Amino acid sequence: MPRPPVFLDHLSSTPVDPRVFEAMKPFFTEAFGNPSSLHRYGLQVREALRRAREQFAFLIGAENADDILLTSGGTEANNLAVKGVAYANQRKGNHLVLSETEHPSVLESIAFLEKQGFTSTKVPVDAQGILRLDKLREALTDQTILIAVHHANHDIGAIQPVAEIGKIAAERGIAFFCDATASAGWTPIDVKAMGIHLLSFAPHRFYGPKGVGVLYRNRKARLVSILHGGVQENGRRAGTENVPAIVGGGLAAEIARKELPQRAEKVRALQKRLMAGLAAKVPYLKFNGPPSGPLRLPTNVSLAAEFIEGEGQLLLLDHLGVCVASGGSCVSKSLKVSHVLTAIGLDHALAQGSIIMTLGKENTEEEMDYVIETMAKVVERLRGMSPMWDEFQQGKIDSTVAPRGVGRSFTEHAAEVSGHREERARR
Amino acid sequence: MDLSVDRFAEAHILIWDKTSPISFHRSETKMNNNKEYTLYNEKVMDHFMNPRNMGDLPSADGVGEVGAAACGDIMKISLKIEDGRIKDARFKTFGCGSAIASSSMATELIKGRTVEEAMSFSNQEVVDALGGLPPVKIHCSVLAEEALKAALEDYVKKHPEAASAPTKGEPAKA
Repeated sequence: MPRPPVFLDHLSSTPVDPRVFEAMKPFFTEAFGNPSSLHRYGLQVREALRRAREQFAFLIGAENADDILLTSGGTEANNLAVKGVAYANQRKGNHLVLSETEHPSVLESIAFLEKQGFTSTKVPVDAQGILRLDKLREALTDQTILIAVHHANHDIGAIQPVAEIGKIAAERGIAFFCDATASAGWTPIDVKAMGIHLLSFAPHRFYGPKGVGVLYRNRKARLVSILHGGVQENGRRAGTENVPAIVGGGLAAEIARKELPQRAEKVRALQKRLMAGLAAKVPYLKFNGPPSGPLRLPTNVSLAAEFIEGEGQLLLLDHLGVCVASGGSCVSKSLKVSHVLTAIGLDHALAQGSIIMTLGKENTEEEMDYVIETMAKVVERLRGMSPMWDEFQQGKIDSTVAPRGVGRSFTEHAAEVSGHREERARR
Repeated sequence: MDLSVDRFAEAHILIWDKTSPISFHRSETKMNNNKEYTLYNEKVMDHFMNPRNMGDLPSADGVGEVGAAACGDIMKISLKIEDGRIKDARFKTFGCGSAIASSSMATELIKGRTVEEAMSFSNQEVVDALGGLPPVKIHCSVLAEEALKAALEDYVKKHPEAASAPTKGEPAKA
């Protein structure tokens, strides 16, 4: 009997908590009413939505449940925040400021707005993936209407200095939107103390269901709807509410807030065990983002094994019962390495070998030990197949992680052999 | 009528069957735990998990190493050639599952062919033999073709006498 798989991709999604699932059930079958209806079926579910808003507000330290807008997911919440604030303030200015390492739902929303006359400035991050506050200050102009910086990064776990960004936003009178999809439920959030005007998150990242996203919006921040129709969410998001998912998401948020210290402590200990074990067992491994500690999300382990590529690692790990994600180009449909890895200046060849492991509350120490042992086997096997590993052994190319001062860089070598190919193609 | 959630999980939904455009077939919504869910088809997975001809040839007659600018993969093919015929082939690959499977399959296909035949080798052969690759991964098979041709060119360069005829003409391009 093979062992059950180890799920190490909690930033993609998490299983619904059984308590949450139970709470959702009646809202599929008995309490199925549309909250916009004026009869008892409608009024019955309105109460449930109200309670869920309070639970979402509780998770992030929001004072007023009316500041919680419900959407279909994190992507929609991010679209609403970026486009909604931009359109609402277009008489005031047209300039948007964001970090280089935002989620695609923020990057692409801003790219869309740029086609309509808005402009933007991407603020760089340092080698650990932390936003450069000096560069943020430089980027702001009297036309700036929005600062969009996520709370924690999906790929590398870097926690951004949101309280400082909040202060800068307040000084300049600019709306501050924070995408907290990766961090909500795992690390404390207090929108008031952090000076955040808008904040998004998705309950399926902390044991709630998919199909619901939350956008907190301080009433001082102007926002217009981008989905038009009925007057749900006070006219800021038309469409019938996904009641069962909202109810489940609300309960998941309440549980996450109450259990946060224990969950965070548990995954932090697993993170330290996993990172230390991998560092000891796998040579030529680079960890991306800040070290385990206050600047790093407790759930995220991001690493790059040198001389091999990420998808092969992912496939072999999956075969051996370890489910992870990768930021390498082969894994993406666009054949591009993660923009986050590029932003932290990671060598392209190393970025190709990147693996992202994200922990959850059901993971165990025993699982971490199995992952360390399995990862060591997988890396060894793929290095045995890699021409780059051979060339490193022969001193033709050097390591980026632990340079020996012998041979040229992998990137130079790769460029030359790729050059060969282009030359061939021209002939 | 029982409409509890458990019943819903087992309920059937109608799914459009792309293979037979005029009919619908019924499919379960439940995850099948007995099924192996893999990113690639069985053949590709087999060549990735159990690669054929992986390694180097100590006394290779031709070695080709090429990289794909598109994705960063690197492939190296070594050939042992006797009397104008490929006696043995080996590969080493830095790349994704389909790149490893493509190089494994390419070395399998090429063994026993003459240098001239090998010069017109096309990536489509690899794709077909693997039972298809996802569209975004076709370039992996192209890389295998190019690594093979680079190895043949290396052989021709080292043995101009042995392969004067086959070097003429443009190699077939997919």
